[in-house]
Amino acid sequence: MNEDLFTPFTTPTVLGLPAAILVILFPPLLVPTSKHFINNRLITTQQWLIRLTLKQMMITHNTKGRTWSLMLTSLIIFIASTNLLGLFPYSFTPTTQLSMNLAMAIPLWASTVAMGLRFKAKISLAHLLPQGTPTPLIPMLIIIETISLFIQPLALAVRLTANITAGHLLMHLIGSATLTMLTINLPLTLITLTILTLLTILEIAVALIQAYVFTLLVSLYLHDNS
Amino acid sequence: MASVVPVKDKKLLEVKLGELPSWILMRDFSPSGIFGAFQRGYYRYYNKYINVKKGSISGITMVLACYVLFSYSFSYKHLNTPAGRSWAISEGNSQEGVV
Repeated sequence: MNEDLFTPFTTPTVLGLPAAILVILFPPLLVPTSKHFINNRLITTQQWLIRLTLKQMMITHNTKGRTWSLMLTSLIIFIASTNLLGLFPYSFTPTTQLSMNLAMAIPLWASTVAMGLRFKAKISLAHLLPQGTPTPLIPMLIIIETISLFIQPLALAVRLTANITAGHLLMHLIGSATLTMLTINLPLTLITLTILTLLTILEIAVALIQAYVFTLLVSLYLHDNS
Repeated sequence: MASVVPVKDKKLLEVKLGELPSWILMRDFSPSGIFGAFQRGYYRYYNKYINVKKGSISGITMVLACYVLFSYSFSYKHLNTPAGRSWAISEGNSQEGVV
């Protein structure tokens, strides 16, 4: 039973080749591009959503920060679509793999830090010390702030992985529990089934929220450093 | 069997059964040829179901249903064959436990 729980999280292979690449390349097929002014319904709704998120996200940044709009918008679309596609039965969610989330988080965080050090070296180093700290505390606080700075990419990656994995695992467990209890105790099955539907709604929300949080934090780090 | 139009340029439904092997061999199997085939297939589906004035939700749901079936075929080995399943071997577990 234990081994059976984690098999949905193994990367799919075809004759030993990783087919995870195919799964990662699938969401862009659902988001077509168009050069026309008036488009079909699919593209219109998608463009409306993208414009909404873009405006919401980039309004706090200055000109230099807004050069990141393409990166952040594609990030949020990718994470949201991959998480939502993972809610389908038998599908594989690439964001459950820590390797992929680390690969997304570390370069983005490192580039915000590098940007801050390159263009505003004094100010970005000054961020390591909060305003108004008593003088004796300064050395310790700088160490603490440095540690919290280096933890940022790890936290980004682990947060996304843990949330999505935990949600999928919970759905698996409760689903199998309802199936086993179908013949034993019917009213309890109905209660468990309600729990399952609620959990599915939660998972849809979590999928979207995690995408949002990831992108928001990256944009926050950007704002600090741009 | 002699034909008026060269075999290479015919569509699949117009090729006679005897000419089928030569038709398959004459297709372009280079990387750009395969990519062109995927592109043609994609645009055929796109222009028929999505790029229309009143496209409905079935345009996407067909794609998603195919995605689910595709993922099922990938995990078939794990789920259904006795070698892939670990809980089928253990005794005392008579109910289906897999979601």
